[in-house]
Amino acid sequence: MEKPIQSETSFLARLRTGWSAFIRALGSPDFSRKVAELLRPSPTQAKPKPVELPPECLHASGLAVLSLLQREGRLIDFLKEDMAAFSDAEIGAAARVVHAGCRKVFSEYFTLEPALKDAEGATIKVPAGFDAQRIRLTGNIAGQPPFRGTLKHHGWVATAVNIPKVSEALDPRVLAAAEVEL
Amino acid sequence: MSTYSIGIDLGTTNSAVSYFKLAEAEARGSAQTMLGIPQITSVGTVEERLLLPSFLYLPNAEEFPAGTLALPWDKKRKDAVVGEFARSHGSKVPMRLVASAKSWLCHAGVDRLSAILPWQAPEDVQRVSPLDASAGYLAHLREAWDHQFPDDALDKQDVVLTVPASFDAAARDLTLKAAQQAGLPNITLIEEPQAAFYAWIEQMGDGFRKQVKPGDVVLVVDVGGGTTDFSLIAVTSKDGDVALTRVAVGDHILLGGDNMDLALAHTVNQRLAAEGKKLDTWQFNALTFACRQAKEQLFADAKLKKAPLVVPGRSSSLVGGTIKAELSRDELTSVLTDGFFPKSAVTDLPQVARRTGLAQMALPYAQDAGVTRHLAAFLTRQARAMATAHDAPVKVEGRAFVHPTAVLFNGGAFKASTLKDRVIEVLNDWLAADGGQPAKELEGAELDLAVARGAAYYGWVRHGHGLRIRGGTARAYYVGVETAMPAVPGMEPPVKALCVAPFGMEEGTQADVPTQEFGLVVGEHTRFRFFASSLRRDDRVGVMLDDVIGNDELEEVAPIETTLPTQNGNEGNLVPVNLQAVVTEIGTLELRCLEKGGPGKWKLELNVRMKE
Repeated sequence: MEKPIQSETSFLARLRTGWSAFIRALGSPDFSRKVAELLRPSPTQAKPKPVELPPECLHASGLAVLSLLQREGRLIDFLKEDMAAFSDAEIGAAARVVHAGCRKVFSEYFTLEPALKDAEGATIKVPAGFDAQRIRLTGNIAGQPPFRGTLKHHGWVATAVNIPKVSEALDPRVLAAAEVEL
Repeated sequence: MSTYSIGIDLGTTNSAVSYFKLAEAEARGSAQTMLGIPQITSVGTVEERLLLPSFLYLPNAEEFPAGTLALPWDKKRKDAVVGEFARSHGSKVPMRLVASAKSWLCHAGVDRLSAILPWQAPEDVQRVSPLDASAGYLAHLREAWDHQFPDDALDKQDVVLTVPASFDAAARDLTLKAAQQAGLPNITLIEEPQAAFYAWIEQMGDGFRKQVKPGDVVLVVDVGGGTTDFSLIAVTSKDGDVALTRVAVGDHILLGGDNMDLALAHTVNQRLAAEGKKLDTWQFNALTFACRQAKEQLFADAKLKKAPLVVPGRSSSLVGGTIKAELSRDELTSVLTDGFFPKSAVTDLPQVARRTGLAQMALPYAQDAGVTRHLAAFLTRQARAMATAHDAPVKVEGRAFVHPTAVLFNGGAFKASTLKDRVIEVLNDWLAADGGQPAKELEGAELDLAVARGAAYYGWVRHGHGLRIRGGTARAYYVGVETAMPAVPGMEPPVKALCVAPFGMEEGTQADVPTQEFGLVVGEHTRFRFFASSLRRDDRVGVMLDDVIGNDELEEVAPIETTLPTQNGNEGNLVPVNLQAVVTEIGTLELRCLEKGGPGKWKLELNVRMKE
């Protein structure tokens, strides 16, 4: 019974199968029903094209973070404002608002850690098979690891993210509602 | 059978819930479990917090997008918001915000069952009663619990609800009613300073016996968001172990940590106004918030001379609209430390301004912001009361005031150690001048959550574990009896006061008033004036006081009333009755009329609708 798989799927073989199926189906209602079942489109074939989410829903959590940073720290106002006309002292005062508010958002919703625990400026060893996600090499990259280098920036890694779930009833595009005082 | 003991701190500005598995054989130590309370923190956002701000916002029907006020357990919620968003948004829309419901609940000058809040709200705003608002907070806490512990519904658990020690019988009764309305029929009440002390005991474990010894008198100073509450707890020895007795409580003082931040904001605002910078309501709120932060910064670092205050502009122009100011250490000291905790003598009593009839309608805020002067008044008045009492639990002979040996602080205001130090300093000055030993601070108290935690611990103690604080009622109660005299125009007939419940009545006990007989007319409404005293420790049941009006040891509380039901056409009959007072197991006072020589028994209700 061990036939090479090609022979059953060759054109002639398929013609043969088709023909005998045709003849048997004509004679046997039972066989015909079985063939009809095979011919019915399978559920996987029937699967509709995935609905594409509108971009604002696809990026809802990103928009939610922006909204949080605006609500607590007025970050969007700050970034959208033209700084040219203001003195450093004025910008500094506003920066306190932004810093205090955004810092609160950070401490509440994100747990951040340096990617490398060593002190910046320290000479460190980058072993063979180092984690290229967490470590980016710069400067004179020659030869094979292990490398020795100076830690210029310790990097940041989010170890926990706890963004509040926002109701689906809320339009995520609205980062800050207009305020109208009556 | 309940699984948990649950302590609910229903605060003036914040509420919290702590829970304790009753099957535990050991106290929790310092790991006192708290319930995370989901609440709306911003439109369409629900987050868990350990504190539920006790604020209720009543939105306009069109104000927020449909579905954005939903809670995890109530997807259709749209007519009321409780918690953080209620507070933050409500500060911009004060006419729709219910705040300090608890203070209204104990304000005898208004009808506490009618829809009067938000106070002075315009016609079209839906209003609620102080009772409804309190019930609303409790219902939110119940739903939050049930959502997280679906197999142990809160109404099946041992719930301990905290009330200020200064709450009188009527306010306690209303708190109980609020709990019932919120779907919590079975609760026990505990006084907040006691709960704070329980929390401290639990945290210390057995080590607390090293810190307090028989003979000690612990003063609990509880400055909450909106109220200040004092209690004295005496440590004695009994059968070889220490025993704790709450011996006195202070009056209700509407003065709290929120007043302090406001005072700072007003001070800075005046200076800004002098510079021509005018703040609107929104900016003033931001200034208050900034003052709180600057205060914390200055208190945390003694070397700082000043802290910056930044009030952002309200428009999208952040840099252009920002107003800058500073809070200096001198200002902080003069406004807060000296303003609220002045170095006063023990003889300096709080100033009481004359009130006009109209002013009494709004909340009766303390007229004197000096917490230390209120403390002086409490300690000196209690010393006078104990000096004449036959079995005073604390020795006061020859002393101008009750000498505490230790102080336990409670309330967020005392996160600033400067303020604790000031209270200790002032108290120790008084003690030194009066020939006493300095008092020490009982350290390690958790200031924000202690009351809820201590309440949960107390629920466990009631099951026979640990040490229980005794004390009974902190007041004696009296019924007003009008004396028969010929009517004289313009003169009120003198009123005598009949003691119906003595000071220190224990929970689960009753007192009969056999001597005095009253005639009640069946079918007619009977009303008694009702008085309380936190100072008269020696009056026994049946004692009659002659001079009620103008007696500053007695305070009139809500009147009590009843209507004897008619049966078989006995309407108009005169029924002789005696009075009976019962302190229930749950910590409320009940008064009954017992038919003399008959089976009749009627409950007298405290009328909290209005003091007349």
